[in-house]
Amino acid sequence: MALLTATLRSAAPLIFAAMGGLLCERSGVTNIALEGFMLMGAFAGVAGTWFSNSPIVGLLVAITVGAAGGFVFAFWAITLRADQIVAGTAIVLLGLGLTSFLTEQIWGQAGSSPGVERLPTIGLGMNVLLPVAFLLVPITHWFLFKTKPGLRVQACGEKPEAAQAVGINVAKYRYAMVVISGVLAAVGGAYLSIGDLSQFTTNMTAGRGFIALAAVIFGNWMPWATMGAALLFGFAQALRFHVQALDLPIPQDLIIALPYILTLIAITGLLRQSTPPAGIGRHASEG
Amino acid sequence: MTDRVGNAAAPAVEMRGIVKRFPGVVANNGIDFAVRPGEIHALLGENGAGKTTLMNILFGLYHPDEGEIRVNGRPVRFDNARDAVRAGLAMVHQHFMLIPRFTVAENVILGAEGPGLALDREAARERVAELSAQYGLDVDPEAVVATLPVGMQQRVEILRALYQGGKTLILDEPTALLTPQEVDELYSVLNRLRESGDTIIFITHKLREVAAISDRVTVIRRGQTVGTRETAETTASQLAELMVGRAVSLRVDRPPAHPGEAVLVADDLHLTGSQGRAALNGVSFELRRGEILGICGVEGNGQAELIEVLSGLRRPQRGRVLLKDQDVTATGPNRRRRMGLSYIPEDRHGRGLVLPFTLTENVLLGNVEDPPFSLGGRIDYPGIRTLTQRLMRAFDVRAPAPETPAAALSGGNQQKLIIARELQREPDALLAVQPTRGLDVGAIEFVHKQLVAERDKGRGVLLISFDLDEVMDLSDRILVLWEGRIVGDFPGGRVTRTELGLLMGGRSLDEHAPAAD
Repeated sequence: MALLTATLRSAAPLIFAAMGGLLCERSGVTNIALEGFMLMGAFAGVAGTWFSNSPIVGLLVAITVGAAGGFVFAFWAITLRADQIVAGTAIVLLGLGLTSFLTEQIWGQAGSSPGVERLPTIGLGMNVLLPVAFLLVPITHWFLFKTKPGLRVQACGEKPEAAQAVGINVAKYRYAMVVISGVLAAVGGAYLSIGDLSQFTTNMTAGRGFIALAAVIFGNWMPWATMGAALLFGFAQALRFHVQALDLPIPQDLIIALPYILTLIAITGLLRQSTPPAGIGRHASEG
Repeated sequence: MTDRVGNAAAPAVEMRGIVKRFPGVVANNGIDFAVRPGEIHALLGENGAGKTTLMNILFGLYHPDEGEIRVNGRPVRFDNARDAVRAGLAMVHQHFMLIPRFTVAENVILGAEGPGLALDREAARERVAELSAQYGLDVDPEAVVATLPVGMQQRVEILRALYQGGKTLILDEPTALLTPQEVDELYSVLNRLRESGDTIIFITHKLREVAAISDRVTVIRRGQTVGTRETAETTASQLAELMVGRAVSLRVDRPPAHPGEAVLVADDLHLTGSQGRAALNGVSFELRRGEILGICGVEGNGQAELIEVLSGLRRPQRGRVLLKDQDVTATGPNRRRRMGLSYIPEDRHGRGLVLPFTLTENVLLGNVEDPPFSLGGRIDYPGIRTLTQRLMRAFDVRAPAPETPAAALSGGNQQKLIIARELQREPDALLAVQPTRGLDVGAIEFVHKQLVAERDKGRGVLLISFDLDEVMDLSDRILVLWEGRIVGDFPGGRVTRTELGLLMGGRSLDEHAPAAD
């Protein structure tokens, strides 16, 4: 039971970021910036809470910062047609550098912020954002496969020039999806800093953005399967806290490394043939 | 005056005095073009004559510098493709603008999904099925586009054009990827559309198609209209003359072949393609001296892989390649060239030339190690320059000087330069892949003559082309490649388009009902 709730708690932030990443990639933009958005969200959540004494305000600040970050990334990757991997890496580095710098500037201490108030809990150590994460999965599924804009997002991701030929504004849909991915990843970050914990520490996301991306790939860009992958990664993380209690004959280091090993396996596509959106990373021709 | 909507006498589309200049070129230099409602009107012109520019102007992608466009008698000004669609125009693209992973219905409704946020798939499916039945298109709305044959995908494009309210359909080189049977089916679809009152503009550079389908034809040459004719009152050679500006011979003059011993042998070649399925599945044939061996087939049936294996760019998983009785299966391209294999690649810009290099440097490519190009490791540039000049004369490569970059040449002249370079090596076997792709009629005539001349010098010529007419006109023997296998082997001139077409489509000759050809 403890392992189950720990799995859900570890999976929830991954699901936030993964649903954002999924929508973004489905629209045809490679999104390795998730890690950066998460970290910015984690920081902004704590900073907003610290200044306002309200974790709800903190969450809103995180959403705003995520949207802004998404907008910057979209501007680079779509309007300026920068390489999406390079632009994404820049966001990750920016997130790491900026949050460390501002931590020192605001609180005068390197490494971590002081403790702040947390979001309300709903029992079993779970905070209010946890059910929201799981609710996002059917919403994403519905949006993508049952709505008009969802069909268009898929078209932009599969073959942007074909979408354009029927009069769809590819850039507009991609902008929207990138900004949504920024928001969702930032909420995932805030989940960590003001939901699970009550402070910000340097690089506290520790690669969760990349793991979320791996979950998208693992889940073959399908919402439910991506949630399954996120639960698997969440389980691998949760195992770490329970390995001593369970007294398994496995070295602790291996358990800690497990999520990352799974990520590696996922992104090398070893487990099965994955089919990414065909037009990912491709710009629609102009005109 | 502009209030006269749908004037019956007015042309469905009229373009008057269209001029479009780009930096350095005048793409359209006074084009007049009028299409009557309810007719199939062919727009005939060579590659580079200005057809594409004209259609881009009609679709609002470019604004003309001069001239006027009228649709149903009313002057229009389109700012984008959407405006054109709203006015009842619809484009069926040469490279289909379909999303392979979507179903037919999803593709058809995309961009015109109807009101509301939620997608009404059921209504879409019904509407698509209804339209499909109405025009006899026989398309399953639920089928995933990627699983459909090319001809069927084209019908999906037509279906979408109709769904979006197109009354005037523009088809851009619609037969380029089709088998002859699919072409016939396309013709009957177009005839049905005409019967129900739709207007069709059929862009092509193939004379055969003009005669087969159009009511009238407008010929454009070098950006200008040279005439509009009733198709029934004109002949292929008259049209060719209009299109090229001089008399051309449409038939290749080809004396009987005298095949000698085998020079290039493919023996049971197997190769797995990029998708993990067999690209070559036991291909065997012999190319003999003094013959042109043509390989026809629809693009993507193993042609690219076969050429890579024969030229030495890839090694087969099984089987052997013999060049002049020597096993060269494991021999690289350079060594094969020096043993007497020349290669005219399909892709002039990728494999054929280094575009920023001068003509002299391009002639040098692949020849650096041999005299007279180099001696003792030193390249003889003055000598190559002289050679280049000689080749330019002999092969009619029109360029200012040997120092001109290859990029500055027209496609036809680039191709002639490649052919000149490959033939001056006096090869024993010549691989010619799509040697006339994208060339104008004059250049095609020249290239074909060169290939026949090589044959008559006792060289083996392997011709791989997606243009069935080209294969039939030139080949002494014809092989049909389908899904990585040779499914037909005929003496040239003893097989019909229909028979080849059946095999190219993966069917057998037993299904062949006697048909007029």
